[in-house]
Amino acid sequence: MSVATTEAPVPATAADKEMLISGCAAIAQALRLADLDVVTAYPIRPYDTVMQAVAKLIANGELDAEYIVASSEHDQFEIVKHASAVGARVFCGSSGVGWMYAMEAIAVTPALRLPMLALVGNRALDDPGAFGCEHNDALCVRDLGWMLTWVDHAQEALDTALIAYRVAEDPRIFLPCAIGADGAFLTHSEALVKVPSKEKVDRFLPKYNRRDKQLHPDNPITVAPQVNEDWVMEIRKQNDEAMRRARGVIQEAYADFHRIFGRQGGNPFVEEYMTDDADVILFGQGTLSMPVKVGVRKLREQGHKVGFVRLKWFRPFPTPEIQDVLRRAKAVGVIDRDYSFGSPNYGAVLYNEVRSALYDLEERPRVISFICGLGGREVTLDSVTEMSEILLKTAQTGRVEQPTYWIGVRG
Amino acid sequence: MTGSVEVVYRGIFQKHLGQRITRGIVLAAWKEGKVGISFGRYGDSPERNGIPAKSFAVVADNEEELQAYLSRYEPSNNDVTVAVDDTLCKGVESWAWYGLQPINKLTRAGGTVLVTSIQTPEELLKDCHRKNAEWNLAVLKGTASFSGLWVYKEDHTDVRVLGAIAKVAPHVVKIESVEAAIRGEWGDELKVGSARKAYERVEIRTVRPEEGNPEKPYEFQLPKWWEMKEALVIPGIPVRQEVRGWDGGYRPGRNPTFKKFATRTMRPVVDFEICTKCTICWLQCPDSCFDVTPTGHYDANMEACCGCGVCEAVCPVKDCITMVNERAFEDNASQFEAYQKDEAAYKAWLREKIQDKVVTSRSHGFRYRGQYQEELAQMAAEGEGPGGS
Ligand code: SF4
Ligand code: SF4
Repeated sequence: MSVATTEAPVPATAADKEMLISGCAAIAQALRLADLDVVTAYPIRPYDTVMQAVAKLIANGELDAEYIVASSEHDQFEIVKHASAVGARVFCGSSGVGWMYAMEAIAVTPALRLPMLALVGNRALDDPGAFGCEHNDALCVRDLGWMLTWVDHAQEALDTALIAYRVAEDPRIFLPCAIGADGAFLTHSEALVKVPSKEKVDRFLPKYNRRDKQLHPDNPITVAPQVNEDWVMEIRKQNDEAMRRARGVIQEAYADFHRIFGRQGGNPFVEEYMTDDADVILFGQGTLSMPVKVGVRKLREQGHKVGFVRLKWFRPFPTPEIQDVLRRAKAVGVIDRDYSFGSPNYGAVLYNEVRSALYDLEERPRVISFICGLGGREVTLDSVTEMSEILLKTAQTGRVEQPTYWIGVRG
Repeated sequence: MTGSVEVVYRGIFQKHLGQRITRGIVLAAWKEGKVGISFGRYGDSPERNGIPAKSFAVVADNEEELQAYLSRYEPSNNDVTVAVDDTLCKGVESWAWYGLQPINKLTRAGGTVLVTSIQTPEELLKDCHRKNAEWNLAVLKGTASFSGLWVYKEDHTDVRVLGAIAKVAPHVVKIESVEAAIRGEWGDELKVGSARKAYERVEIRTVRPEEGNPEKPYEFQLPKWWEMKEALVIPGIPVRQEVRGWDGGYRPGRNPTFKKFATRTMRPVVDFEICTKCTICWLQCPDSCFDVTPTGHYDANMEACCGCGVCEAVCPVKDCITMVNERAFEDNASQFEAYQKDEAAYKAWLREKIQDKVVTSRSHGFRYRGQYQEELAQMAAEGEGPGGS
């Protein structure tokens, strides 16, 4: 796909504006800049902050979009699915069990190749009634053909929403994309965010064009017919290929984004923090990066070679980067804000993904699963120290004494 | 260098106020080239009328310093704790945790508790629990500013508090940057003036560890995972509590670790002499607060009462139940016991409370039409509100 990004320098009027806004409001700003067409809403915390922010933009005349309050999360995702099929740029989202309630619509979207953008304001799955952050909600789509990314601060939320549209709507991809945003810590905290100008965004993000796949009277097509075993496997293979291509398209999008906005210049898939000479590496995604970085700096001051890697894209899973970054370490601790009961080693989701990605290496680090911060419990500095100490000991002995630890649980 | 401020406020009634103050702090610090975040205590939301809630602001010289405060629920070492309603000095029980948190618990040693109040620091110290370190108590003269979920009372409390913060913690924000932020956010010179006046007038006093309310706030130890019942089952509260010597009386069972009185900004006082024992208050209280005494009177239990005012509204006997501002009381003692001990003394006490216009003015809601306008005019005259001298 050709994107017009190489012309004259950005005009002076295109200066960024700085605003004190929450992570959800930052995403709403991205939607405004992306000229969103259709948005559906159904309230559930913590996602609902974004639906309030979008409603406000529309009410203030800053955004001209169709805002539909659905009768349930299921309808919410159905409506945007259809709107996307006729060529509308769409947005929707949910949290926790709301996201699960929409699962039928969510599950079929990738096969239809609809580039829907969704926000999952990460929330524990009730019951017990709980609002706090856990990643199991968004992770439910990990096998279904959704692209899945996690952000760790409000600026990244805004930037990633723009990047996600560009990748999802790329005709080589046409896959839905969900942004995972930690409930409370990201969705509800107000930070100073650079909101770029419309000119810059227009140079980065082309219009959504479904081409021959667009449902339109002038383009008579049928979408999603009934098929049997003669067809399904080939359809799945097409999805697999699209997901494989996403990797390169994501790289292109980040390179362009960096050129135009001057941000997001690093590796699109992982953020490395003090890993160069690290003996042990903590690994995780989302906002737990903040306390972990503080903890890593403290441990470094004490002379421990500890580093941190933050995963930014969970799907497509960046296997080459993971191998490249982690092969140098002696021990890796994967911090999961999720659980996977009964899975290998009774570990958690990310742990088993990382461990599997490392398996083909000749020399590979020991890997430990840390289940931490469930239900939105804070990942504290003490927890970071505790996990690092377990890793340093593992690195020293070269043996995994215990594969999985619950960190910060009372007991 | 980082600085953090917590604003403790009354849920719903002061939601906008709390947010405006913490946003204002970050915007002011931004004028000094600092970075910052503003966030509410997530567990407090969805807020309920009057239940204590918190909003925070953290500012730092750079992103790296700020990181230590990100991804957290509650900064625990605050330079300033603001109580925008002085009855919060009695302690804070959010609906998101168990136990009573002293108002100065998360204030750092040497930090400041800033209260908007018409009480003196000495009066407030009867409520504020003792702290194992020296701290400061600052009083910004003014009555608590209450509004609602959809409305905001523009009485300048937000900017006055910002001005006072600049005085008690200039390393967090300077008065000049507060003024610049107010111009930028609200573009209102009157507000700038109010901030400056508050900066000049706020009273500050050092508090020694042995000063303050000596009472030990009730606590709750959270159980370990293997101590908890499985399957999300929690045992019910017994229907009835036995009270010695209360033959013929009745006291409902109550949760010993989750009380509700920190929610209260007004409490009912009952004139037992004119009470007709009609049972209506007992039936209508949404929190089952009334204990039935052996004499058939109804005694509102102050450990349980959240101060909603329903009993006052439903009592059919004129002036039998009156809601009185919580700041007029220092304990949760039983009114009926006092009445039994000395009827004349109780009567005198009751009269004193009810006749004090200041303490019977409502914290939220109004007793009669036109009271809001009256209060605004009064605040302006006292130099608290918009247009004050
Ligand atoms: S104010 Fe009256 S009705 Fe309301 S909780 Fe207290 S005793 Fe019950
Ligand atoms: S409603 Fe009034 S009169 Fe009736 S029992 Fe209660 S206090 Fe007495």
